[in-house]
Amino acid sequence: MTSENTSRNTKEYVTAVIGGQLFGLPILRVQDVFMPEHSTRVPLAPPEIAGVLNLRGRIVTLIDMRYRIGLPPREDASPAMAIGVESRGESFGLLIDNVGEVLELDEAGREPNPINLDPRLARMSLGIHRLDGQLLMLIDVERVLDIGTTAIAA
Amino acid sequence: MDDLLREFVTETNESLDVVDVELVRFEQDPNNAKILDNIFRLVHTIKGTCGFLGLPRLEALAHAAETLMGKFRDGAPATKEAVTVVLATIDRIKHILESLERDQREPDGADHDLIADLEHVVERLASPQAAAAAPLQTVGTLAPQVLERRLRPGEDSLDDLERAFRNTPVDPRPARPVKNEAAEVAAADDESVKNGSQSIRVTVDTIEKLMTMVSELVLTRNQLLEISRHHEESDFKTPLQRLSNVTAELQEGVMKTRMQPIGNAWQKFPRIVRDLCNELGKQIDLDMQGAGTELDRQVLDLIKDPLTHMVRNSADHGLETPAERRAAGKPEHGRIRLSAYHEGGYIIVQVADDGRGLDTERIKAKAIAQGLVSAAEAAKLSEAQIHKFIFAPGFSTVAKVTNVSGRGVGMDVVRTNIDQIGGAIDVKSVAGVGLSFTIKIPLTLAIVAALIVEAGGERFAIPQLSVIELVRARSGGEHRIERIKDMAVLRLREKLLPLARLSTLLGVNAGGADDIEGGYIVVTQVGSQIFGIVVDGVFDTEEIVVKPMSSKLRHIAMFSGNTILGDGAVIMIVDPNGVAQALGSTAATQMAAEEAALARPTDSAEPATSLLLFRAGSSQLKAVPLSLITRLEEIDARKIELSNGRHMVQYRGQLMPLISLQDDGKVKSEGAQPLLVFADGARTMALVVDEIVDIVEERLDIQVAGNGGGVLGSAIIKGQATEVIDVGHFLPLAFEDWFRRKEQPGRLKPRAVLLIDDSPFFRNMLTPVLQAAGYAVTSVGSGQEALALIRDGGQFDVAITDIDMPEMDGFEFAEAVRNDALMAGLPVIALSSVVSAEALERGRQVGFHDYVAKFDRQGLIAALKEQTDLGRAA
Repeated sequence: MTSENTSRNTKEYVTAVIGGQLFGLPILRVQDVFMPEHSTRVPLAPPEIAGVLNLRGRIVTLIDMRYRIGLPPREDASPAMAIGVESRGESFGLLIDNVGEVLELDEAGREPNPINLDPRLARMSLGIHRLDGQLLMLIDVERVLDIGTTAIAA
Repeated sequence: MDDLLREFVTETNESLDVVDVELVRFEQDPNNAKILDNIFRLVHTIKGTCGFLGLPRLEALAHAAETLMGKFRDGAPATKEAVTVVLATIDRIKHILESLERDQREPDGADHDLIADLEHVVERLASPQAAAAAPLQTVGTLAPQVLERRLRPGEDSLDDLERAFRNTPVDPRPARPVKNEAAEVAAADDESVKNGSQSIRVTVDTIEKLMTMVSELVLTRNQLLEISRHHEESDFKTPLQRLSNVTAELQEGVMKTRMQPIGNAWQKFPRIVRDLCNELGKQIDLDMQGAGTELDRQVLDLIKDPLTHMVRNSADHGLETPAERRAAGKPEHGRIRLSAYHEGGYIIVQVADDGRGLDTERIKAKAIAQGLVSAAEAAKLSEAQIHKFIFAPGFSTVAKVTNVSGRGVGMDVVRTNIDQIGGAIDVKSVAGVGLSFTIKIPLTLAIVAALIVEAGGERFAIPQLSVIELVRARSGGEHRIERIKDMAVLRLREKLLPLARLSTLLGVNAGGADDIEGGYIVVTQVGSQIFGIVVDGVFDTEEIVVKPMSSKLRHIAMFSGNTILGDGAVIMIVDPNGVAQALGSTAATQMAAEEAALARPTDSAEPATSLLLFRAGSSQLKAVPLSLITRLEEIDARKIELSNGRHMVQYRGQLMPLISLQDDGKVKSEGAQPLLVFADGARTMALVVDEIVDIVEERLDIQVAGNGGGVLGSAIIKGQATEVIDVGHFLPLAFEDWFRRKEQPGRLKPRAVLLIDDSPFFRNMLTPVLQAAGYAVTSVGSGQEALALIRDGGQFDVAITDIDMPEMDGFEFAEAVRNDALMAGLPVIALSSVVSAEALERGRQVGFHDYVAKFDRQGLIAALKEQTDLGRAA
């Protein structure tokens, strides 16, 4: 009984590393994980948009997560990974450094954002999970994709 | 049963839509038996099917409505009250159909109220008629008959006959006019072969899926073609070619199934407007143009609601009450105009009214109140910018919420819907004159041919539809690129086209140097604007599947979408409209001018003219319309020779006379000498100028007339008083025989041209041009003057008329000419700055013999020659 209860209260997250920090995305939002190859950059696009690419006949818009959370561009040449998500019928790829394992986390362990969190990050965070030796930030996918409005507000 | 029911619901809904429209028409035209027959038949069918399917509520309603319409057929007047009741009945039927579709059964409830209303109207309609019809009804006792002789065997008494007649059940409806029916059947025969028996209903999903598959097929075909290009001799070539052809045909076929006329979305509007008229006590005419314009049905579905909302808005807020309109000096009937047409791969839909326009102050106040803009910022905004706030979320300016619109879901919802399909909406409003919304919808999901080009190391697609030609620009070549200040222009067949480098526009200019020479120029047309897009390389044309831009990138005006190429790469599709806008003189200003001309036919809005500003002789700025100039040259002053007391220069193997604007006629003897070259046929002359200053787009409004001597007058251009040069004055200075040379021997007298234009500037500009071409020119300032001149016996071979003129415009003039026996044979050439498809069509209807753009001198001369030669030959 108890084990059933806890399983109801846990959620699965796909983890990703961006600039050394661990992030988690709800697994239900993740379509696939892929290597972004042959992407086309879009002139005049907002800097968050890293380009577009053709993924099995669909056009996917790539979001540069490093830029999005205020990190400098990657220096090493190793290929980035992308996590594919869908929003309102459109496909997006979130560019990350590395994809990690899928974690099952207890909802009870979720803590609110620390108040001194960078407001840019805080906007996109659904909370923090404390893991062994590191923190995992839960990403609000819709907020990440909310590029148009932040651009206007800025 | 399910299928049957579903089909019934679909079919009945369609029939009801038709009934809606037809009833409104019938109310306006109550004597049209054909419309009535049509309505009657539809309602009758609904009734019959309801009975068959066991739908008592619907059947009762349809029956009552049919009875009332039977009365109309018997000649009862179609009163507003009666039509309103029928329309209400149709609404109820629709309502029942909705729940029928949802729950598979009729909803509970009764319709006694409506049926009673219907019966009440029937009685009222019947009563006055009943009196007249009474003798025919032969109620009462028959007068006993006295037979004059005994009945023979087989004969019936009159009484018996009468009884038999009275006992026979009669169809109270009169027989349908036989002739009509026969014609209908004949007409229907053809159609039934195509539509009736051979059409099936297919769900939209099926077609959508088919379309997706075809899109994928096209992409795969492109990939195959790409691969086969690398193999010279391949067995695959022939079958691949076949596959390619079949794919193309399949694609076309599937596209066709998706297309629907926009009129389908407008069908409900007459009814809506009629109801609003009743509700609001207004008089509104609904004018629909271009209902046959076809567009993707998916797009059609998405714009249906926005359009409905806009029409409602216009009727509710836009148009004034008859009393207000009278007070404002407008006709009592307000007008809502819907129009649709294709333009450059887009569909443009306009909803315009001649109401009071937007209340700029109120919008501004509300925008400030909602915190969309600060009061200080708002003060700086133009009217047009303020009007755009109506698209902001949750914005509704109406103080009082009416039943009709203003429920808070306003233009922002409309805008969201249009954004969704990658479209754009714009609003233009003139206080007291009217409001118009222009919706531009791209053909998303459509497959178009595109030119694949390279700029800044990236590939881009330019829709073939707007590409006129490709030109290779090389230094020393035939087509040369010149610079006027910072603007690069291309000289192409007597025209100067503004140029823009694609990589610079897109900010991907890797080299940094703005080196236009050596590139390819894609000559592009948007509306009536022609310009060149400079690209680094051109690959080939490819059929591309237009995929809408990501919502995060849709704000980039330079792109209209993206696509996947044969090699799998994603590339951006360049939007020529965006490029045109970036070039400055926008298509929008032209549209505005066109609209202004439509909205205010008496106010001839002169469109902006491209003017070349220069200095010559004095420090004062001088201007000349750019279109009159053939070329801009810079020569070495030492090459100027003096011959026969005149300055000449050798130019392209000919001697070209130079005319100086200096009082003493002197020219420079050293350094670079800029020239404005004017050419007419084989003759060229040049004006010697000190400095070319700029090219500007301005409305030319000559405020102070000149005193001759080469100056038409003075105008304010870019805030400075500027002399506008009369080119016509200088042409004869260069060639004394400029006016005479066309008079070849054998010609009896020059052909007489009547030039009608309200603008003295154009009269002055064109007269010398036409004289130079060998015509005798009489110019007048209005259509009335022209008509009077002809009626007084003036002999003319041809008339050239401007379109936009106060009082009598060019269309009216042409009509007057055609309707007058005296001058019906006179060819009329229209001259307009606005050459739209719509105007061309109207021109054809009123009988213009030709239609020429205002600045197209060569075109005008050619048209004149054609018309007058025809006249001589006849």
